[in-house]
Amino acid sequence: MDNLVEIENVSFSYGDRPVLKGINLTARRGQVIAIMGNSGCGKTTLLRLIGGQIKPDQGTVKVAGQVVNELKPLDLYSLRRKMGMLFQFGALFTDMNVFENVAFQMREHTKLPEDVIRDLVLMKLHAVGLRGAADLMPSELSGGMARRVALARAIALEPMLVMYDEPFAGLDPISLGVTGNLIRRLTDTLGLTSLVVTHDVQESLKIVDYVYFVSEGIIEAEGTPAEISASNLPFVHQFVHGEADGPVPFHYPAKPYESDLRLGA
Amino acid sequence: MSTIVRSIAGIGRRTLEGISRMGYATRFFIAALMRSGTAFRRFGLTIREIYFSGVLSLIIILVSGLFVGMVLALQGYETLQTYGSEEVLGVLVALSLVRELGPVVAALLFASRAGSAITAEIGLMKATEQLAAMEMMAVDPVARVVAPRFWAGVISMPLLAALFSAMGILGGYLVGVVLIGVDEGSFWSQMQAKVDFEEDILNGVIKSVVFGIAVTAIALFEGYDAPPTAEGVSGATTRTVVTSSLAILALDFVLTAFMFRGIS
Repeated sequence: MDNLVEIENVSFSYGDRPVLKGINLTARRGQVIAIMGNSGCGKTTLLRLIGGQIKPDQGTVKVAGQVVNELKPLDLYSLRRKMGMLFQFGALFTDMNVFENVAFQMREHTKLPEDVIRDLVLMKLHAVGLRGAADLMPSELSGGMARRVALARAIALEPMLVMYDEPFAGLDPISLGVTGNLIRRLTDTLGLTSLVVTHDVQESLKIVDYVYFVSEGIIEAEGTPAEISASNLPFVHQFVHGEADGPVPFHYPAKPYESDLRLGA
Repeated sequence: MSTIVRSIAGIGRRTLEGISRMGYATRFFIAALMRSGTAFRRFGLTIREIYFSGVLSLIIILVSGLFVGMVLALQGYETLQTYGSEEVLGVLVALSLVRELGPVVAALLFASRAGSAITAEIGLMKATEQLAAMEMMAVDPVARVVAPRFWAGVISMPLLAALFSAMGILGGYLVGVVLIGVDEGSFWSQMQAKVDFEEDILNGVIKSVVFGIAVTAIALFEGYDAPPTAEGVSGATTRTVVTSSLAILALDFVLTAFMFRGIS
């Protein structure tokens, strides 16, 4: 198995605020990789670097052997045709119905005849269980359904890599399980590679092959789900078991409590 | 001392911000023009936007045009009859509309009806990551979303202004001829004789094309540049209406100064 995504020593900062400080990460073909970490630790930034929406300050981001941060716009666009991305809340086009949303890339990038597009779209929608919702508008969908339509749209052109930005956020337990299983099943049946950015530990440990923990801009820990569950690293332990205080403090940095309340003044 | 220094620094900072924003707006405008191929190759995209910004603005344009023309006839008749020249009422109504009120008022209405809608739509598309999703699907949002809306606005605006003027003349006819009883023959024949195609009508069309470019470009830029929050989009929508209204009036003065200086 070869590596589809290779991130070497990547650093990135928004203005003066460093977000990533020397990240190394690889994803092999056919794997589901989870990138976990607390909110605001730079997980989404990592996906945007892989998609070429932003460029790293240093280091290289390679997808399928091509260095994303050195590609010319046209080459970047042709690489993106082989990538799918599921945005946090689906990011469906609100002026098109479900069918048109899934057909969007086929219409933009291919010259397929209309009846072929129709069959392909219905097959993608069938795969996510929403063939019957083809005529609905995005505003008529529940959060979980919108996420599944977005998933069907992300795999519309059979990409080699699909990135998921918080696919489990805000879903009820049933939709959560459905989405998790879909990610695993589609990865296996379509031969994709999946990168899942999430902070939902329990759901993702069930479906992924390998986990990277990001904290404070570095990879704090990595391993298979079994290794992560058994890990004794304080940060991983706090995260996996959802403890309020630990290496990640409960309190935002502040003056000593006593002096803030003017006690003893 | 430090207050003075700080306020001077503030002026400098705001000026620099303003200039860099203008530079960004110009680059955005040029990019929209350069990537307009899709808007013409797949003209269906542009036609759809003409429907949304042009056709759906028809009601407000037509009704306003009718009333503006009716008011013009009432006011004009009052003044003209003092000099016994009420037969030129048709000319007064037609010239006011074709040269000034048609392009200007239609553009102001277009800015508040269609411009604000364009800004809000693009701002929300950005806030809900639809533009980012499009980019990740290797589709250029400037070519796919911005350019068709731009050309739709540029095409719609002169047509709307022409319809506004036509309705205004109809309103003037209703009040002047049907209601007040100005002679119908002189109303129309004077109008036909005194309204020049190049000097009046064509110049009016040029004005409305320029206003169309200005309003749509401002609306698109404000939407594209809006901070991706509810507050950001509402602020951008307000700025669209205010900036484009001011731009219309200022451009109108400049264009008028160039166009009609030779007419006695």
